[in-house]
Amino acid sequence: MAIKATGAEIILNVLKDQGVDTLFGYPGGAVLPIYDAIYQQNHINHYLVRHEQGATHAAEGYARSTGKVGCVLVTSGPGATNAITGIADALLDSIPMIVITGQVGTPLIGTDAFQEADIVGITRSCSKHNYLVRNVEDLERVMHEAFYIASSGRPGPVVIDVPKDVQFAEYEYTGELVNEHKTYKPIIDGAPDAIAEAIKLIKNAKKPIFYTGGGVINSGPEASEALREFVELTGAPVTSTLMGLGAYPASGDKWLNMLGMHGSYEANMAMHDCDVMICVGARFDDRITGRIDAFAPHCKKIHIDIDPSSINKIIQVDVPIVGDVKSVLTDMIKLWKAGNCSKTQPSLKPWFKEIDAWRARNSFAYNKTDDVIAPQYAIERLYELTKDQDTYITTEVGQHQMWAAQHYKFDEPNRWMTSGGLGTMGYGLPAALGVQVAHPDALVIDIAGEGSIQMCMQEMATAMQFGLPIKIFILNNERLGMVRQWQQLLHGERYSATYSESIPDFVIMAQAFGCLGLRVSDPAKLDDTIKEMMAYNGPVLVDVEVEKHANCLPMIPSGAVHNEMILEDVLADVEVSDAGKRLV
Amino acid sequence: MQDNQHTLSILVDNEAGVLARVIGLFSARGYNIESLTVSEIDQATNMSRITVVTSGNEKIITQIKQQIVRLVPVHSVVDLSLGEASVEREMALVKVAGVGQKRVEALRLADAFRAHTVDAAVDSFIFEITGRTDKVTQFINLMKPLGLVEASRTGIAATSRGAEAVHAE
Repeated sequence: MAIKATGAEIILNVLKDQGVDTLFGYPGGAVLPIYDAIYQQNHINHYLVRHEQGATHAAEGYARSTGKVGCVLVTSGPGATNAITGIADALLDSIPMIVITGQVGTPLIGTDAFQEADIVGITRSCSKHNYLVRNVEDLERVMHEAFYIASSGRPGPVVIDVPKDVQFAEYEYTGELVNEHKTYKPIIDGAPDAIAEAIKLIKNAKKPIFYTGGGVINSGPEASEALREFVELTGAPVTSTLMGLGAYPASGDKWLNMLGMHGSYEANMAMHDCDVMICVGARFDDRITGRIDAFAPHCKKIHIDIDPSSINKIIQVDVPIVGDVKSVLTDMIKLWKAGNCSKTQPSLKPWFKEIDAWRARNSFAYNKTDDVIAPQYAIERLYELTKDQDTYITTEVGQHQMWAAQHYKFDEPNRWMTSGGLGTMGYGLPAALGVQVAHPDALVIDIAGEGSIQMCMQEMATAMQFGLPIKIFILNNERLGMVRQWQQLLHGERYSATYSESIPDFVIMAQAFGCLGLRVSDPAKLDDTIKEMMAYNGPVLVDVEVEKHANCLPMIPSGAVHNEMILEDVLADVEVSDAGKRLV
Repeated sequence: MQDNQHTLSILVDNEAGVLARVIGLFSARGYNIESLTVSEIDQATNMSRITVVTSGNEKIITQIKQQIVRLVPVHSVVDLSLGEASVEREMALVKVAGVGQKRVEALRLADAFRAHTVDAAVDSFIFEITGRTDKVTQFINLMKPLGLVEASRTGIAATSRGAEAVHAE
């Protein structure tokens, strides 16, 4: 039965009916009516961040670790523009998110009013969809539609801009859920003939490989289960993009580690030499492919993706399958079993013999010394000491992120939160807050660099206010390491603006926020410091002073091919083509 | 792969900002717009048709279509340049000023091109010409030495030949 409600109440009613109990936000003039409505209800917990960018990343961490939609509420103008980075981040990493922005009253729109910004204009190219709700009659429908669009198909951020007078206006609230849209109709099931063709290729393959991505995680835990089953049935090796880590367990015997620019030797060599590639929920990003005209030249390519525009965007494939990963893999498993394909397929032993030779190169190896902590060693110890706990890892962006991806092993999906597509420094700390809100009893660790952590470090106050015991694990090399590495490789060791003359004393900074601050520089004391971090019931920041000039290896330099990886620390001798230098 | 001109017919929900979404996509992804026409086509169903002429090789055109379809308010996209089965027309208003022999010649040519005179003064004409783009261009070029002041072109409207609707449900 319809009830009379204000626009602000309609917004909260929809959130409640959509099962939302968590909102990350920051108040301001244009959202006062919504904040007033929040004050008068008990269903939705609002987490006050310290900067709107933090709200969006927290919502991303919440969404990525639960599979639910992350929700953000910010005010008009600067509140909304501060949220842009997180919205763009969620678009590139396909994270379901709802961002409600306040807007000046409808009579003031277009007059350059106080705190007015054209947010639907600004977010048009960095959101999956957006709305300006000019009439309260449309608000309930738009809100439900937004949830449907954000969470279905290829997930993404949807922005709803609500003018202040619409928040005050009254209308009937019906409470009817919307699960369809007249023009937006995502494709879930793959075409049977394409699936049959794919199975035919896989069952005859001598050197198959699964190349999996964030789409497997987005498709839900059952998609990861299906992937594991199909890998077992086919016996093919698996590699994954940065975004897909955990879908197939790192402890699995078919695991080749991550592929791409800082991926493993075995993964990249196997991608280059395979005869059938099964791309599952990944999009042939430039970090993965290296030089496109020489990418995996000898194979037939199968591409499973829910977004038709991903197909043939970068790499021409032989068998495109548009559909949801879970549905398509389930159909493939059925067909594989029905055809008894495991019995008739060629032996993959020669293929794994080649792979084992590549594995033997031990491409993630690094120099370990007794006097200084190698950054890779810090991650390794962190993994060893936390692996038996209910642990979630977030990262910032840079060398530490790649080292975390290489050396922290994920056996389950939704445990790894990182900014892959946009590469947003400042993501990890607020994302950890979002994860901790969703999993109050879990161990949530933000693996950070001393550069990235300074981009959103104000959120330590949020951690304190809401009692969120996140752990911040900084690999501090006093340099913007990844940029420094590229300057060493591509710009004649001219280290322009990558050394910070002034870095805060992180231990005192942590204490200033009320958190525990720890510092370690002796490899022998690393374990005890990590244990102390884990034992403390509250937010902790650990400043790990690591080797200052370590490079992130292995590496496929820009413009190079998968089988031209740099393995040893010989960056100075590497020739990069002029075309390669122009790439990011 | 060779670059070719393609005429895309895009059926959209006539909602605020829908044109900005479509053309924003072209600029953000670096595609060309050579001609653009947009108008409401059915008030009852609240639909508009956007006709875009763009160019690119087969791979790029396919990608453009996929990206457009991904926009939430888009019903469908049809490439009218596939095959020979479409009709494309453009209209222009051409203002020509002059007296004496040039004025007579402009009128004679307008007649030859089946252009209508929609405004006439003692020292100027406005011609309305409809036809294929190359015909309109040719007419405007001919008017240049005869006192062309300006031309206002509509861009291309297009539909498929035969009884079928372009955007069949």
